[in-house]
Amino acid sequence: MNAQTAMACPGCAALPVMENAAVQAGGTILSLPGIHCALCISQVERTLSALPGVRDARVNLSRKRVRVDAPGIAPQVLIDTLAQAGHAAQELDTATMMAVETDAAGRALLTRIAVAGFAMMNVMLFSVAVWSGAADSTRILFHWISAGIAVPALLFSAQVFFSAAWAALRVGRLNMDVPISLAIILACAMSIYETAMGSTHVYFDAALSLTFFLLLGRYLDHRMRVAARSAAQELAALELPRAVRVRDGVGETVALAALRLGDLIHVAASMRLPVDGRVTEGHSQTDRSLVTGESLPASVAPGDILSAGEVNLHAPLLIEATAIGEDTTLRRMAALVETAEQSRNRYTALADRAAAIYAPAVHLLALLAFIGWYVATGEVARSLNIAIAVLIITCPCALGLAVPAVMTAASGRLFRAGLLVKNATALERLAEVDTVIFDKTGTLTQGRATANLSCFGQDALAVLAALAGQSAHPVSRAIMAVVPTGTLPARLTDVLEIPGKGIQASWNGQRVRLGRGDWVGGTPVSPALRIREDAPLEIAVDETLRSGATEAIDILTQDGFALHLMSGDAPAPVARIAQTLGIRQHTAQMRPEDKQAQIAALTDAGARVLMIGDGLNDTGALAQAHASISPACALDASRAASDIVLLGPSLAAIPDAIATARSARARVLENFAIAAGYNMIAIPVALSGMATPLAAAIAMSLSSLTVLFNALRLR
Amino acid sequence: MNILLILVPVSLLLAALGLIAFLWTLRNRQYDDLDGDAWRILMDDEVRGDKKPQR
Repeated sequence: MNAQTAMACPGCAALPVMENAAVQAGGTILSLPGIHCALCISQVERTLSALPGVRDARVNLSRKRVRVDAPGIAPQVLIDTLAQAGHAAQELDTATMMAVETDAAGRALLTRIAVAGFAMMNVMLFSVAVWSGAADSTRILFHWISAGIAVPALLFSAQVFFSAAWAALRVGRLNMDVPISLAIILACAMSIYETAMGSTHVYFDAALSLTFFLLLGRYLDHRMRVAARSAAQELAALELPRAVRVRDGVGETVALAALRLGDLIHVAASMRLPVDGRVTEGHSQTDRSLVTGESLPASVAPGDILSAGEVNLHAPLLIEATAIGEDTTLRRMAALVETAEQSRNRYTALADRAAAIYAPAVHLLALLAFIGWYVATGEVARSLNIAIAVLIITCPCALGLAVPAVMTAASGRLFRAGLLVKNATALERLAEVDTVIFDKTGTLTQGRATANLSCFGQDALAVLAALAGQSAHPVSRAIMAVVPTGTLPARLTDVLEIPGKGIQASWNGQRVRLGRGDWVGGTPVSPALRIREDAPLEIAVDETLRSGATEAIDILTQDGFALHLMSGDAPAPVARIAQTLGIRQHTAQMRPEDKQAQIAALTDAGARVLMIGDGLNDTGALAQAHASISPACALDASRAASDIVLLGPSLAAIPDAIATARSARARVLENFAIAAGYNMIAIPVALSGMATPLAAAIAMSLSSLTVLFNALRLR
Repeated sequence: MNILLILVPVSLLLAALGLIAFLWTLRNRQYDDLDGDAWRILMDDEVRGDKKPQR
């Protein structure tokens, strides 16, 4: 249902934001993706507290973050200290994180739940007294006390529904909140009237339990959305909060917000560009995969325009800022991704589809009840009474819980299995999937291959390091990973990368080449290095399969999924991997656009595609697919453009994820059936005018509890 | 039935105390890190003996 409206409600905004002084003071927030136990907590806190000038350090294990109150200490110092203690840390932008960190809307909802729960319990106790025979003045007294508790509690707690219903009605739409609000208001108004008349039946407890259970569903829904949004916020927060500004030859670290157009910024190697800018000094290469999806690095020279988000690969660069803050390419891209994700949200969640049928039906039924009874008896009060009973009893209490409860349980289960669900409807879409497309490099195989350099001499190593260092190709990276530390790269000139073949340069006036075996003149099996016209030196490279790949493919094949392997790599290695794993359909040499087009074609042909690829260069394909999963380390989790992020190393979790998604969907449908079943029994009772408040309260609580317990079976 | 005049306010007061206690824990950010707090009770050494955590 609609949590955005719930969050935007004026009541929530008006609630005092419950902050304490420490939060307002800010401090530094570091992301600690590796921490997992008590030992980590005490290590991190002790390490940080031991630093002079650190006033307080508090780890939040659930969010895997630490908040450090240390005025005047550079975050980098804290990160280095933690790195020495063996904890990888990364700074998060405090201002961006604050909204998620405090989660004022969530706590406002909890406050409302608490108030509704308190009022519900008390009013129910009075009801017990009334139902067990309190009569005359005692009963009237109890009804008045109930009214005294229920009316203010409802005014406060049910605001969420009132404002959402009003927002929908104002634009002429009907959502679930309309019958809910109508039921609450009418039940409350009628009960007050009945109390004043001194009659037996009041609905205060029904109105309150309705509010309580619906708020519970709302809160679960909100929690899931916060988890998803928190990942998105982390994406924004990870973008360097500061940069090194150079003035008169002196570098100084400043906050990103303090940068002005035209400032000179120093970008060290392997740093992400904080702003768009023009290179004024230095030659290097940048990895543009985040920005353009190009997997090959581009070389840059003075005068070139770079955009924020590119990673400087080798040499330091000096750039002049041409766009800052919200104007940078990266921010504009983030906005584009958001739009793309919204277009994916054309997918109507099950709950909304149910609501679209249910909301009008409820109103119609109540109206018919009123008209029917009025025609039959001619008593307005009695007919109204019955119409309200119908409205209360049919009110979608269980429906409001049916989806969020199941999805929360399923997401929790997947999280324990190492999968982070980032999108609220991801599980529903995942359950519908029938075709699975895999990317090869970095997904089925581990990004790093292993290379054997034992037969290389000192010179050869130096040349190799220099050549491989120029390229971001996975094989080059694999080579760089095994080049012994301390090897000085040789000085090369005229470096030329030939896509699909390799890289060549001159070294002391002689031609050196690194690339595919047949290109440098060796066997086509493995890449080789050739210095001058000497015999090519072969580099044995093995692509290691990611753990669990075989098991995952086996299970998926058995379960009848259509499997494709789509890779940008050359046909030979793609065919080899496909054969090893038993994937029959495979396509090699696909550009990112090709993948996207192919997925679109499959979708048009009626397939529901699950794309499994690593986050950066497959962004388009991931967004195009019906559902998507990316393997990523925890730090990059938020960057991946997929619905679900695989945090663990093993792909074996993927068939489980699909199975969980399917059972979640089955559970949701069961829950709808349960809710409908209760209604089927309760509606005739209400229509016949025999529904007492007791019946309403029992029907409502029982159906809500059944639905909740059914959801919990998923854990 | 006069006893109700005492019992009803008393029971309401007690229940309200429960509500206030819950709202206090909520304001005090005690639900922010449920995983961490579950582990913290197992830590036998107080990291900052003299400096109490400033929450």
